[in-house]
Amino acid sequence: MRYLPLSDADRADMRARVGVSDIDEIFVDIPKSARLDGLLDLPLRQSEFAVERDLSRMALKNVPASAVPFFVGAGAYKHHVPASVDHLIQRSEFLTSYTPYQPEVTQGTLQYLFEFQTQVAALTAMDVANASMYDGSTGTAEAVLMAHRVTKRNKAVLSGGLHPQYRDVVEGLSAMAGDRVESLPADPNATEDILSRIDDETSCVVVQSPSFYGQLIDLKPIAEKAHAHGALLIAVFTEVMSLGLIEPPGAQGADIVVGEGQSIGNGLNFGGPYVGLFATRQKYIRQMPGRLCGETVDANGKRGFVLTLSTREQHIRRDKATSNICTNSGLCCLAFTIHMTLLGGKGLEKLARINHAHAVKLKAMLEAIPGVSVINDAFFNEFTVKLPMEAAAVVEALARQGILGGVPVSRLEPGKSDLENLLLVASSEVNSDEDRDAFVAALKEVLA
Amino acid sequence: MSMNNQGRPSAPTETGGLTEHPTFTGNKALQMEEPLLFETGRTDICGVDLDEPADFTPALGGHARTAELDLPALTEPETMRHFVRLSSKNYAIDAGLYPLGSCTMKHNPRLNEKMARLPGFGDIHPLQPLSTVSGAIDLIDELSHWLMTMTGMSAVAMSPKAGAHGELCGMMAIKAAHSAAGRDPKIVLVPESAHGTNPATAALLGYKVVSIEAREDGTVDTAAVKARIAEHEGDIAGIMLTNPNTCGLFERDIIAIADAIHEANGYFYCDGANFNAIVGKARPGDLGVDAMHINLHKTFSTPHGGGGPGSGPVVLSDRLAPFAPLPFLRKDSAGVTWVESETELKEGEKPFGRMTAFHGQMGMYVRALAYMKSHGADGLRQASEDAVLNANYVRVGLEDLMSLPFGSRWCMHEVLFDDSFLKDTGVTTLDFAKAMIDEGYHPMTMYFPLVVHGAMLIEPTESESRSSLDLFIATMRDLVMSAQKGETDRFKGAPFHAPRARLDETRAARKPVLKWERPAAREVQPQAAE
Repeated sequence: MRYLPLSDADRADMRARVGVSDIDEIFVDIPKSARLDGLLDLPLRQSEFAVERDLSRMALKNVPASAVPFFVGAGAYKHHVPASVDHLIQRSEFLTSYTPYQPEVTQGTLQYLFEFQTQVAALTAMDVANASMYDGSTGTAEAVLMAHRVTKRNKAVLSGGLHPQYRDVVEGLSAMAGDRVESLPADPNATEDILSRIDDETSCVVVQSPSFYGQLIDLKPIAEKAHAHGALLIAVFTEVMSLGLIEPPGAQGADIVVGEGQSIGNGLNFGGPYVGLFATRQKYIRQMPGRLCGETVDANGKRGFVLTLSTREQHIRRDKATSNICTNSGLCCLAFTIHMTLLGGKGLEKLARINHAHAVKLKAMLEAIPGVSVINDAFFNEFTVKLPMEAAAVVEALARQGILGGVPVSRLEPGKSDLENLLLVASSEVNSDEDRDAFVAALKEVLA
Repeated sequence: MSMNNQGRPSAPTETGGLTEHPTFTGNKALQMEEPLLFETGRTDICGVDLDEPADFTPALGGHARTAELDLPALTEPETMRHFVRLSSKNYAIDAGLYPLGSCTMKHNPRLNEKMARLPGFGDIHPLQPLSTVSGAIDLIDELSHWLMTMTGMSAVAMSPKAGAHGELCGMMAIKAAHSAAGRDPKIVLVPESAHGTNPATAALLGYKVVSIEAREDGTVDTAAVKARIAEHEGDIAGIMLTNPNTCGLFERDIIAIADAIHEANGYFYCDGANFNAIVGKARPGDLGVDAMHINLHKTFSTPHGGGGPGSGPVVLSDRLAPFAPLPFLRKDSAGVTWVESETELKEGEKPFGRMTAFHGQMGMYVRALAYMKSHGADGLRQASEDAVLNANYVRVGLEDLMSLPFGSRWCMHEVLFDDSFLKDTGVTTLDFAKAMIDEGYHPMTMYFPLVVHGAMLIEPTESESRSSLDLFIATMRDLVMSAQKGETDRFKGAPFHAPRARLDETRAARKPVLKWERPAAREVQPQAAE
């Protein structure tokens, strides 16, 4: 087997050295009743070529985003990732390294984590960021738990503009942990009165901007009301690229900012792996979940980096830890950091502006179709379209024509009749005029 | 100078090659110092060519940024150089033996990387119509089949994002099952040797963790489990047990322990971090396990990536299968259905909720399946046997010099030593580990598990050749003898040859500096010590 360096002769010699004639003598502690004598009922080994052929056939049954006019978003976004990013993250020294527990021989990982934290803190306009969570949704659940620790309360209020699956993740964990959650109804028009839901028992209010429906939300009044009641504002985003153009949550009074970083440096990957971004105020750092990388010096006085404040973490504090997280999204952080390095602040602003321009153009084209309206007045690169019929059927019909035309809200909020005609449409720098023309023509045909 | 002016190669004796001279740059030949990207980057350049969009009327509704985003950029060549130089400061499996116990640092095949990057896997969106991703669902179906067959379990929750997330998923399924039966037990039993994630996970769900001491041979005693059960009669939610355990030993009484837990109406959660020892040798389902996460980034070779991403699917027993979270795969007479929401549920399906947005770590699924198909049933069993043989070969090669806390006995895929062999040498466990770095090895897992003093947990994995193990054993023997001879200089300041000497972790924690700030800003606003 090509991955196993021992030859049969090696094995025989080594068994003799160890003192067994049959390898099964070593597995003696496995109860007899549970020992497998024969092979598992699975196929035998295959050559590299055979595996490649099998998997390639499976892959060919899927329609890749790059192959069609593509307008699908709702928490994961198609952007162009420079070739240098994917090349660099495949360097052996990054790809096949472990969590940097021995800092003398992992300064490469540690330094990029420090750079990552710096970039995330700057993007969100917060004091500190951690070295990543699994993704935006799990990061949001962790942010709620952190707010409970900070406020010593246990009631979270979730905006109806929060991504429905983020809401589900928070609700599921909170129910199990015995915490309270008040989720406001789905709010496509951004008309909810969340301020009236904040009281002296509220630990945190969780608001997404741009909202799941694409609407930009003014966080300042929510932060003010939350703070007046001793509660925290958790600001969520699913499209990190928006932070190139819109006022960052840290400048609007957010106490914890959490979101999905996939759009920078990371591909779609059918939903994972992604990278959760997590930032907060300096005064809360000891309540943060996840790893933190900090600057220090070595015995010769040279600058270096280490994982720090680990007394918060499970491997030290066990059942008193701030989170159970261990492995996070290291290599996805690296992809994020490299892409962000290429862009810089100005590049990200420009890329975000390009995204916004594409969305503005597409919105105008869609609104010109009879019976179609767009419900947002302020948005970034995604908005909600109201159709004269059920959006799910429209999306299927578009797919048959080779166009991936967005996400029907009913996919994530099924069984809600008032949402059935709503379609989320995202547009980014990868869309061309031809893509938009094809989309609009096909949509007209489907609706006709 | 290593060349004379005639271009002839010069001998080291002519140049005094053993003396180290400070260099002007601080670099040492191939070992380059590299500043933070913010220190060399500029705000007036960009590493991506972007055209300003044609004039348009923004629709940001007064939400536009009021301050510029102050982040320097590097052009593409500068970016390459920056990150390549950083990479040269990392130890990696591809560079050398990485014997971190419980982490399974095995070879990461590049075929896996190639497959995960096929556009049909890497460039598909989690919410595009299911009719356009049938190959992805096929892949999840096939991977599920492999995982269930290898473990002898009846269901698998695919979505957990890493091992600890899998633990959370399994324990949530257990809590949901208790709740469905009208019970609300409060106690989770966890052996002292457990990974920290186990008690942290139980506590996250409001459980009280009751510790079980190890017996003298490093395994869990059924009598101790029964005693704890009796003390908390009627209040046992379950046990979280790692098997093979973190001492590198197979829990030989595991079936009796499982029976005891089941009799107490509890569930058996198995931490599958060490599954690499027993794939194809035993199935957790035959050992009484109700739930077990599988670290695809350990046993099934998806790369650790400097700390992730991982993937932690959880296999479930019949009793827990109905509670598997959304989304899940349903196979029935209607074929294969990917079930995403509660409105699609059929009788008997009682998902406890959702672990994450979307479908989990697809990129890791592709890699793991490529690995499994490459090995096949025969290769997977051979890999487990080789992993165990390699660990025992290391044990036998070192046991006369280093100290085995539980005596000379078979180990599974990792071997645990304690630091009593360093007693009175003046060399600490940490010193010893750092001296290994100078010899070109990443240290083993240190100070874990907590049940022995100065633990050193060595997991060579099946990816090491015999000659690689021989050199490792010889190096370790040399280090031990050196320590015992009192050659403390070799250890005290080690590592001497790494990109950095020992780092001041106390300073980092006392006054945390967690991001770069412009030097001027730093002077005006020193980081507040918390």
